[in-house]
Amino acid sequence: MGVYNRVSIFHLFLWLLGALVLLFIAAPLLGMFFATGKHEFFHTISDKEVTRSIGLTLWTSMAATLIFAAAAVPFAWLLARKKFRFKGLVNAIIDIPIVIPHSAAGIAVLGFISRDTMLGRLGESIGISFVSNPAGIVVAMAFVSLPFLINAARDGFAAVPEKYEKAALNLGASPARVFFTISLPLAWRSIMSGFIMMFARGMSEFGAVVIVAYHPMITPVMIYERFGAFGLAYARPVAVVFILVCLVFFALLRYLSNKSTE
Amino acid sequence: MIALHNISKKFGSFTLADIDLQIEAGEYFVLLGNSGSGKTLLLGCIAGFIQPDMGIITINSEDVTRKPVQKRNAGMVFHDSAVFPHMSVARNIAYPLEIRRYKKKEIALRVAQLAELTGISHLLQRYPAKLSAGEMQRVALARVLTLKPDVLLLDEPLASLDVQLRSGMRQLLRNLNKQGQTIIHVTHDYEEAALLATRVGIIEQGRIIQTGSPGEVFRNPRSAFAARFAGFRNFYEGQIAELNGKKVFSNATLKVVVADGCSLGNCFIVIRSEDIIISREAFASSACNVLNAKIQFIESHHDYTEVTADAGLPFYVKLTAHSVKSMNLNVDDNIFLHFKASAINCITV
Repeated sequence: MGVYNRVSIFHLFLWLLGALVLLFIAAPLLGMFFATGKHEFFHTISDKEVTRSIGLTLWTSMAATLIFAAAAVPFAWLLARKKFRFKGLVNAIIDIPIVIPHSAAGIAVLGFISRDTMLGRLGESIGISFVSNPAGIVVAMAFVSLPFLINAARDGFAAVPEKYEKAALNLGASPARVFFTISLPLAWRSIMSGFIMMFARGMSEFGAVVIVAYHPMITPVMIYERFGAFGLAYARPVAVVFILVCLVFFALLRYLSNKSTE
Repeated sequence: MIALHNISKKFGSFTLADIDLQIEAGEYFVLLGNSGSGKTLLLGCIAGFIQPDMGIITINSEDVTRKPVQKRNAGMVFHDSAVFPHMSVARNIAYPLEIRRYKKKEIALRVAQLAELTGISHLLQRYPAKLSAGEMQRVALARVLTLKPDVLLLDEPLASLDVQLRSGMRQLLRNLNKQGQTIIHVTHDYEEAALLATRVGIIEQGRIIQTGSPGEVFRNPRSAFAARFAGFRNFYEGQIAELNGKKVFSNATLKVVVADGCSLGNCFIVIRSEDIIISREAFASSACNVLNAKIQFIESHHDYTEVTADAGLPFYVKLTAHSVKSMNLNVDDNIFLHFKASAINCITV
């Protein structure tokens, strides 16, 4: 027991501040849960419109994560390992979706995929319309959430000591094999955490998606719509149900990712 | 045979310059240099991690200078072993064989053989996190040997091991070499060089300044750098045996008493040239070794004088110029060499 373990007034003050911050986060959420009656809650979870919307939100955000991960994860490896010109610029570009207003991101994405653009026409020719379509939702979600995956994966790869990759090459492995058998498994925890972050960010996206596709309605848009049309009491149960679904999903994904890296 | 012709590489302000080196099949070549001398860089060039700016590298007369790492058969054991942490020991050793699509049965057999050879059979199912530094080095060695490499490249493989593990690992490396494995080993430790090498190279500031047998290089250092190992010039090979309750080192021409802590058997002994006292007459002192010798050379260096005396084998003694003068030492004088048993370092082979 030294001087260090004495209770200091200053530290008590810090604990008090911390408690206030925690309360600030927890209180509105708890308030919302307590304000939602049992009856409203069960009514909402049996509402077809709501469950369909939650389902849509979950699968579009999962699709955005998986589809774009296929290119983003190898790209993250390049960013972690290779030196090239304008690397700083490339890293800055990747962060742009985080720092711009999401409604602006939505406008940008819409301009990119609407029917009279090249991508829009290409999609049309193979029967995919992006606007007011789940495909558009996937693109909008991916646009705003990709940086989370790329950054997490890049940091994960950078933390893998290069000697393991060198040793594998030295043992005769091709660069592709080194990537799949050494780099990827060793960075897996960070990549999984990036997956979860990207999935979470996509799922909770409102601004960009509402501009690209008001319909079909993802849950954040539905909450907004019910609030605008019918008021707080009507929007709240949907919000509560959606938050619960999100929390269950994250807990599950965290559990699975921890298990897979044990 | 591994040959380096005029290898040069600029690395910021550091340069590997005009490296010319030939290592014959079956040699155990130790490249000795301080940290920052470029020895690891040179190993990187042979393995293919580093592309030289100029020059040619051949392995068994094939030009491999532009060959990618994975296509050269130059197995490397890294300084900190680089055993894959997410694979069991068995999978680590099997890794190169899986790449080459060996059959499962054959892989199991090879893994078992190599584990046996390197003494890690009991560790096969363990994960690297549960291994000691010495065990990791053995895994790394077993893994690299699956390839039957044309040359084994070792980057300070003993540096992270404690004294006991070192001698075991040295024995293993020596046996591998005896079975015909060509080895290039870089280190900053002259003891390793003396104990393992069939040939030594000294590298300093990116240049190889001397190559030769350990005896040649340590007895006749061709540069100030190699001369810094001069304290090591009194080194002799022989056996230690118990005699009248004392431990005695002997070979064909030399018999000296060593400290009780030395282990019996084949060994090297090392006596620092500062630890030897010269006298005109034999006298009793606490130094239990007194040898009769004849002065062969007296050589003045800028801060000391070195006397080479023949006591059956050459002994090198460092003195001040003042002592040489006041004792009036001259070539062909008969003198006595005194040193304490505790001044002798025994290195068990």
